Amino acid sequence: MKATVLVRPKQGILDPQGQAVESSLRQLGFSVGDARVGRVVDLEVDSTDPAVARAEVERMCEQLLANPLIESYEIELVEDEG
Amino acid sequence: MSSPQPRIGVLRFPGACDDRDALWALAAFDAEAVFVWHTETELPDLDAVVLPGGFSYGDYLRCGAIARFAPAMAAVSEFAAHDGLVLGICNGFQILCEAGLLPGVLRRNESLSFVCRDVPLVVERTDTPFTTRCSEGGRLTIPVKHGEGCWYADDALYDELVSNRQIVLRYAEPVNGSRDDVAGVVNERGNVMGLMPHPEHAVDPLLGSADGALILSSLVESARERALAAV
Repeated sequence: MKATVLVRPKQGILDPQGQAVESSLRQLGFSVGDARVGRVVDLEVDSTDPAVARAEVERMCEQLLANPLIESYEIELVEDEG
Repeated sequence: MSSPQPRIGVLRFPGACDDRDALWALAAFDAEAVFVWHTETELPDLDAVVLPGGFSYGDYLRCGAIARFAPAMAAVSEFAAHDGLVLGICNGFQILCEAGLLPGVLRRNESLSFVCRDVPLVVERTDTPFTTRCSEGGRLTIPVKHGEGCWYADDALYDELVSNRQIVLRYAEPVNGSRDDVAGVVNERGNVMGLMPHPEHAVDPLLGSADGALILSSLVESARERALAAV
């Protein structure tokens, strides 16, 4: 089963990378605001049970993929076709 | 016999770059300094441990996030849990925060620029094993060189740290966007400290400042006292 983990800077946490991206976009003429830069981790999980896979990926997030002091995460599971 | 040489381990991760300076500086203050490779599952008999600066495991994911799971780090956690002295410098500080041995987290500098210069510091506490030779409220000049030194804690954690007196060093001027200019913290028991400035790069006036000697020689003296107590 494929899993995608989306790690974001938590709400309210200053994101200087997002600010830099935002100001570059403005220089290019785009009208944007509140740009935030996060991280995507794509994984292949052995488990075929979505509940088990989700619980496992949650543990990965808590232990390694995100730092709960400054980052929030979202998990998306895609079941294998066939 | 009255003055045993304390034995201090310097952890070596792949990607470390300040391990030799740390080893040299500790030896200069009359410690027996030894390297400990990151794959070791047990520490040798040590009176203190130093986690040096660098870019452990390429700083992938987040600084220190991978290194905290190195086999030697489990041994360091055990050592710290038994009141062992642990000092983390720069990347070592980042690793200790990721490992949960120190509070807070180190983020990308607010300016997004790498900062590499001598910075003025204010010593907030002299009753830690790492600052006994400093004077309270005294100023130190020690270089920093980091891209991710912006220390952060949320309001609740920060207030707790202030009331526990866990902030040991502050920058005397803004350097990297750290909350309230925090440059170094200790754990609640005071046996683990982390700081972003590099005392090992400031132990000889030839290099611009010897103020780092005050921190490293405090550590060596504290380690010596522990070695003596164990004799």
